[in-house]
Amino acid sequence: MDIRLYMAQRLSAIIMIPLVFGHLGVMIYAIQGGLSASEILSRTQGSVFWFMFYGLFVIAVSVHGAIGLRTILSELLRWNDIALDAVMWGFGLVSIFMGARAVSAVTWL
Amino acid sequence: MTVKVWRGDKNGGAYQGFDVPRQDNQTVLDVVTWIQQNQDPNLSYRFACRVGMCGSCAMMVNGTPRWTCRTHVNKVLDANTLVVAPLRNLPPIKDLVADMDPFFDKWIEAGGHHNPSASRYDAMPQIAPDDAQRAVANESIECINCAVCYAACDTVAQNPNYLGPAALQRAWTLFNDRKVADTDTVLSAVSGKGGCHNCHSQSSCTLHCPNELNPMRAIAGLKSATFKHQLKRGR
Amino acid sequence: MIKGHRNHPLWYAYALHRASGLALVLFLPLHFYVLSLALTQPQRLDSFLHWTEIPAVKFAEMGLVFLLSVHLLGGIRLLVLELLPWSPRQKTWAALAAGGALFVSGTFLLNAV
Repeated sequence: MDIRLYMAQRLSAIIMIPLVFGHLGVMIYAIQGGLSASEILSRTQGSVFWFMFYGLFVIAVSVHGAIGLRTILSELLRWNDIALDAVMWGFGLVSIFMGARAVSAVTWL
Repeated sequence: MTVKVWRGDKNGGAYQGFDVPRQDNQTVLDVVTWIQQNQDPNLSYRFACRVGMCGSCAMMVNGTPRWTCRTHVNKVLDANTLVVAPLRNLPPIKDLVADMDPFFDKWIEAGGHHNPSASRYDAMPQIAPDDAQRAVANESIECINCAVCYAACDTVAQNPNYLGPAALQRAWTLFNDRKVADTDTVLSAVSGKGGCHNCHSQSSCTLHCPNELNPMRAIAGLKSATFKHQLKRGR
Repeated sequence: MIKGHRNHPLWYAYALHRASGLALVLFLPLHFYVLSLALTQPQRLDSFLHWTEIPAVKFAEMGLVFLLSVHLLGGIRLLVLELLPWSPRQKTWAALAAGGALFVSGTFLLNAV
């Protein structure tokens, strides 16, 4: 890992500190009395706040996870740089795409 | 007791078992020496001072890198067995002798050479012994390049480019040395593909350093310095 | 236990941080897929959520909450180590991270059952 990947990894981590605390709080609140689609959506649908919150979360976690995955593959499987970059970008972009779909599914009207 | 000693070279090898008599006060170096003097004169191993100062006798003992002259057998004996191997993460030359070249190559690659900013015609920089930054540098200068930390580190094992704890700790002493004004060069030497950012803070280096140095702390300091430097420069 | 040079607390902290990160990153696409069902097949989402009533699933969810909490708290320990002045109490912080994660996931489980 060089300094640029390192910076992206650490900065995305710092951004996510409040987001993960928030998400943990949401989960502990939401799990009470069981989960249901209508219950979740009634809280999140049409909410600009949750859109921003989870939208930022999706971007940060995609960057953070992609780089982390790259590091693990590099150290445990010793892939070359081209393969590593391909997996990192592939995973990161797929994650942003799927995450964006999830966020829009839950927060757009 | 049974002593299994790794025999071989860079092309491969295997463990060979020996029956070695136990003594009351016995170090692993005594054991290896006894084997070479009484059982197999072809056994190759390194030592020099045999009193815990030079670091030459470093080997893997029951899976842990140690100075064998400072390792009492009764402290590490496991089911009446000792397993002795050359230092991990370095190519073996023969038997218990590891090739230290990659270790020293990385020392130089991390910028181990001291580049003072002043010339002989300039006044000497006055650095007080109780200067805080000097104190930080002094905590890391006692490294005798024994490569125990290098052998202990899993990131060294998994990443051939990684410069390793000793080389990076050296760079940290230079970063904190006010006689070296060009800290930018020091930082860029440790910011490449094998640089300090690969460290995962396992802390095996600090745990196993026989001189009780703290390479992990030094590397954390380098990470902090490079992070702040990068932010100031603008990404 | 693991023999040799790896058998110490901070190595286990590293291993747990790596394992939790890997598990979370593999879980993520599944998580995004399930949530996006709200867009296209809301009845399927509801039947999936109904399936989460099973106790075994609640324990699995607690496991995920533990993994997220321990990765977060352990990650904060690393950020503090790397960006703020040195603290010699690294083992203590690592233990607090693991303990804190157990506390959070325990709270989750108590609310889930």
